[in-house]
Amino acid sequence: MINCKDAVSRLWAYLDRNLERVQERELEEHLGMCRHCCGELEFAKQIRERLRTAGEMEAVPEEARARLDALIAGFEEPR
Amino acid sequence: MKFEDMIRPHLAYLYFLAVRLCGERTSAEDLVQDALLRAFRAFPGLRNPDQPRLWLTRVLTSAFHDRVRRSDRDDLSLESDSGFDLFDRITEEDPFPYSDRVHLDFLDLFDDAKLLEVLQGLQPDLRAALILAYVYGFTAKEIGEIMSRPLGTVLAWLHRARKQLERELWEYASSRHLLMSRAEARV
Repeated sequence: MINCKDAVSRLWAYLDRNLERVQERELEEHLGMCRHCCGELEFAKQIRERLRTAGEMEAVPEEARARLDALIAGFEEPR
Repeated sequence: MKFEDMIRPHLAYLYFLAVRLCGERTSAEDLVQDALLRAFRAFPGLRNPDQPRLWLTRVLTSAFHDRVRRSDRDDLSLESDSGFDLFDRITEEDPFPYSDRVHLDFLDLFDDAKLLEVLQGLQPDLRAALILAYVYGFTAKEIGEIMSRPLGTVLAWLHRARKQLERELWEYASSRHLLMSRAEARV
């Protein structure tokens, strides 16, 4: 069975679904036995979730939107 | 299709991506303007108009890369990989002795503004790869296309980006005494 160091090095790739099937099975086997690495897995999931939601905005600020719209409207496409 | 019709549905996406890359709105707007100009110039030669989002992401990311290269902040060779492990460090230091969810308590120290600030501490290309992967869900292969790098390089960048992020989170919390103040508040 793989050790904790190997398991931890695979966690993010596991969440990305980037592991080979054999590596994935080895990791899952380890996770089934190791509470520490299960904690690391949960922690990695939470960091990813926070990254995803940080900086979410409902809309582009009005003034910036107006400037970008004006820029686009000013582009003259060749006929 | 006209350029304007192609670009408008993606304008907000480009702006939000730029804010995350740059960390603040003024630089982000400049970056979007730069990307729009580049996209407009390249639009007549666009060979695959079926994937405008991927193409526009490539244009904006390339503009971002050129900016940070000009400011000479993207020398990846200077940074060596670190054996730092945030989960282990939190376990060892135990900053929340009365908590049974210390790792999640640690993340709770960071509101969105702080987390975006921490992201700015990452090397720009690593930051871009991390954002594209974990905020927008691009695969490593797609990030390779966006950033014009082979798959192996992207996977290595993502690994290093995660390590840098872990270290930056810890250093941010330590240098601003977030750990101490939170622990003290609970006593």
